[in-house]
This record gives sequence, structure tokens and C-alpha cells, in this order.
Amino acid sequence: MASHESTFRPASRAGKWLDERLPLPRLMHGQFVDFPTPRNINYLWTTGGLLTFFLGVQIATGIVLAMHYIPSAGDAFSSVEAIRRDVNYGWLLRNIHMVGASFFFLAAYIHIGRGLYYGSYKAPREVLWILGVVLFLLMMATAFMGYSLPWGQMSFWAVTVITNLFSSVDAVVPGLGTRIVQWLWGGFSVSGTTLTRFYALHYLLPFAIAGVVGLHIWALHVVGQNNPTGLDIKQPSDSVPMAPYAIMKDIFALSVFVLLFAWFVFYLPDYLGHSDNYIEANPLSTPPHIVPEWYFLPYYAILRAIPDKLLGVIAMFSSILLLVFIPWLDTSRVRSAKYRPIYKWFFWFFIISVVALGYLGSKPPEPPYVGWARFFTAYYFLHLLVILPIVGVIEKSRPLPRSITEAVLGKEPAAQGASAGGGK
Amino acid sequence: MASHTADDPNRRDFIVIAAQAFAVVGAAAALWPFIHQMNPDASTQALASTEVDLSPVKQGQAITVLWRGKPVFIRNRTPDEIKAAKDVRLADLKDPVARNDALPDSARATDENRTKAGKENWLVMVGICTHLGCIPKGQSMGDARGDYGGWFCPCHGSHYDTAGRIRQGPAPRNLEVPPYEFQSDTQIKIG
Repeated sequence: MASHESTFRPASRAGKWLDERLPLPRLMHGQFVDFPTPRNINYLWTTGGLLTFFLGVQIATGIVLAMHYIPSAGDAFSSVEAIRRDVNYGWLLRNIHMVGASFFFLAAYIHIGRGLYYGSYKAPREVLWILGVVLFLLMMATAFMGYSLPWGQMSFWAVTVITNLFSSVDAVVPGLGTRIVQWLWGGFSVSGTTLTRFYALHYLLPFAIAGVVGLHIWALHVVGQNNPTGLDIKQPSDSVPMAPYAIMKDIFALSVFVLLFAWFVFYLPDYLGHSDNYIEANPLSTPPHIVPEWYFLPYYAILRAIPDKLLGVIAMFSSILLLVFIPWLDTSRVRSAKYRPIYKWFFWFFIISVVALGYLGSKPPEPPYVGWARFFTAYYFLHLLVILPIVGVIEKSRPLPRSITEAVLGKEPAAQGASAGGGK
Repeated sequence: MASHTADDPNRRDFIVIAAQAFAVVGAAAALWPFIHQMNPDASTQALASTEVDLSPVKQGQAITVLWRGKPVFIRNRTPDEIKAAKDVRLADLKDPVARNDALPDSARATDENRTKAGKENWLVMVGICTHLGCIPKGQSMGDARGDYGGWFCPCHGSHYDTAGRIRQGPAPRNLEVPPYEFQSDTQIKIG
């Protein structure tokens, strides 16, 4: 699988000298040049590269924005306006950072959906999958704290609502929830103190993400990439070297994705945000309709679907934490939904539910939206807790090809398939 | 060390356990400043009190003042609103506790327990929804006041009645009544 003969030959004397002391180029060559990649991966397998790219973009633009941003209740709002109006290229850097967060999540959602469809969480990829859930949680925390920084009305009230989620602990241990919330705030309400600490953590967490991304890639390169058939690489003809095949595919997909990204950055920078966030934070007035950024809407809908405070919070957190257990909730031994006629339908119901919850989360908490939010919330949990385990047992899967090569080239004489696969 | 069995604790075992325990306590003690620094400091905790002049607030009107960074709703209730609040049976309340900082937790959420005797037209409450901390609507004349004529939280749809008690929606508790006292007929001190 992942272990392979190294083709690395240092070209220069200096390269050879370094190779005997710190074989970093050899490591990179082995992991990102001649690393065996399944020959049949489709464009959904380019999302990992997209995510790495956007992490880099967010860190690079974030560091320079931090040079101009002032994390205090009095100055935060105007410093962000100054970045947009006065700082040289500030408008561009801020638009990239702001729209970049949305596209980061877009790529993450496609990446997660691909994993769910092709069963990329199944043995031996459980740890790889769990690291992915950890990354998702870190991304959410980072995005949430980043959203507080412009200190507009939506920033302020999003922080108020989300930090108040922890006060639901009061229903279990009276007083504890309130203490936790006041600890998070550093006071009796959201204030500049809260803003400053969120800024410190918003700067820190992306580096934690980068560290976990390292582990994620490490785990990926130990077990090898999944592919649309869900089969393992069994013979040399099943794989191609990562460079140039997978790398070129990544670059092409990235180019297309970045075109879309650029369209938003230059023409629709505020389309994905909320206009109320261009009103400075006012602790005395809640906007009539609070909504989070689009990428949190499904979870927000789940929170509001349940009329009890503590249960709503539990449902919202468990909707994400349940993802950790999917490798064991899915009882099917077949990885790819391509060969799972029943699961395939439920997968699409699940995606429709999440999209529907996203739409409902953007609507006010009143009929008929609340009723539908309850329906789709119920399906969300039903899918993970009941349908996944049962379908895996009762489903009769379609016949699997014997190898990746056979899936690509059809049933050919074995010798011919092997020689065709080696070259291209 | 291999010759020692579990039922043969010796001096070295004792030293190892004692050293480990010492290290754990030390690590916890070293961690505490890093956690506690985030708690509200003494200057924030110093119980700032706010004095409010009620004379400009006519019957049916309401004002919002700031106390400890939190909005406090003060409404001069009409006789109809007081009657509506008193006519509610306690069994119909979602939260039967008064939530009045001046009264013990055992106090029931009657209208009397949420106001001061003889000043029942004045309702003073922390104007923060007990669900997730939004500011409910209902202070201004044109605001939506919900199905019970009190306050309505637009964030997640909690309805409060004319005594600030939760009647419908996800909020778990009645609006909190802060500690306050009348300094004169037209002036109160909150905190």
C-alpha cells in the first residue's frame, strides 16, 4: 500500500550531503512525488489539496490583517473599516480572508461528503476520519472566533448566543453553566475583554489546525488513499505516482475553484455575510433576526428545532460529535456507495436533510419552518444512529470488481492489464 | 527492580509515588493562574450599582438602563397588565420559581414575588433572554410583545408575560429580577 521503493536520487553533491544528514527532500519526494495514488480517483479527490491551499491563504492573509487590526471594543469596528478603506490593498486582503473562510468550509463540506459517499472512514481509515472530525471542530471554533472580530452587531450577538450555549449546564449543575460563561466572557456580559481573548485564540488555532493537518496527511499516507471503488491498491497497475498525475489534477481543480473564489472576492465580497455586521456592536439592541454564517446554519437549525434549551444544545453538539462514531455505526463491509444500492439513496436523503436544515436555519423560528426543522433533525439522527447500522446488515451489495485496474480497464487478460497500468 | 513484587513495596516505590503526586499537584497549581486569569477580575466584580430616576416613566412606558454591562428593563405597568399577570395560575407557568435575587429559591413565581409590595406597577428585570442571551423585544411601543403581552425574544421565539415569566419557547427560566430598592417613590438603586 503506502510503503514503496524510493526513487529519490540526490542530483548534486550538496543534495547528497544533506541526504546523509537530514533526508527531508527524500521524505517529501517519497510522500508527494512518487507516492502511489489510485489510478481511478476523480475530481472529488482534489478537495484535500484545496483545503491545504485555503489553510495557507487564511494564515497568510490573517497574519497581515493582524498588523492592522485592533482587538478592543472601542477600536475593533473602525480598524476593520480602516483596513477596507485606508490600508494599502487592505480591501483585497480582507476580502480574501473573509470570503476565504466561506470557501474553506465549502471545500470541507465537499471533502466530508466524499468521505461519506465512498466509505473513506472504514477500516483501516478510522483514525484518519477522526482526525478529520477534529479538524472540522477546530475550523468551526476558529471561524466562530474570527467572526467576532469585526465587532459588528452580528459578531456581538453571535458571540452572545454561542457562549450562552454553555449556560445550559445550569440545568444539570445549578450555577456551573453561569460560571463557565462568565469565565469565557471575563465579565458579566460579552465585552472588549471577551473580544481580546477571542483574538488571541483566533490567531493560535490555525496553527493547531496546521499541526493536525500534518497528522491527517501522515495517517492518510500510512493507509493510502481511498478511491471510487473503495478497493485497496493490490498491484502496481492499480496506482500511478502522485506527481505528475494527481498533482496536475489538483492544480487544475484548484484553478477552477480559485476562479469562482476570485469572482466572490472581487465582485461579491459581502454576498455570503450579513449586512447587519456593518453596524457597530450594540449591547442594548439585538438585531431582529440573528443568523450565523451560512456554514453553521444546519447546526443552528438543529439547535432551534428542539424546544428545550439543554436538549437543543446537546442535539447540536452531538450532531457533529456523532461523526466520530460513523466508522462503527456503518456496519457494511463494502466501502463505496457505488456498490451499495440501498445506502446510496439514504446518503442522498442525508445530504438533502443537511441542505434543508441549512435553509431552515436561515429562517425565523416560527411555523412552518420549525416543524420542518424538526423533521429533518429527526432524519439526521435517524440516518446516523439507525439507518447506517441496519442498512449495512440487510443490504445486498452489487458485485465488486476484482481490482482497481479491472474497474478502469474492464475484464482484460491479466498480463495486458498489468502492462497498461504500469505506464500510464 | 524486577525482583520486587507488588506486595513488596519498598522505599523506592514510596519515593516514586510521592514524587509523582508532588509533580501532579505542582502541575495543577501551575495551571491554575492560566485558567483563572480568564475569570472576571476584582474591578469587574466590584458590585457597581446604578441609580435610576423613575419620574419620567409614565404608565405603560418602559426604559432600559445598563447595570454591570447588562440591560435592565424597567416597565411601569398598566392596571390591565398587572391584572393579567396576577390572573395566571401557577400551574400554567413553565418556570414556577420567582427568580428574584432578593428572595430565596423556594419563592413561587407569583406576580407579588416578582415586584416590591406597594410598588406593583414597577417591574424591574435583567433584560436578557434566559435562553441564549438575546435582548427580548417589548420595551418600545411598536415592538412585538409576544402572545402574552410582555416581551418576545426574536432570536429563538421565547414569549414572556407581563410579569416577565417565560410562557412559551425554548427559554428555561423567568427573566431575572436583580437586587434593587426604592430610595424614594421615584428613584431606585439597582445592585
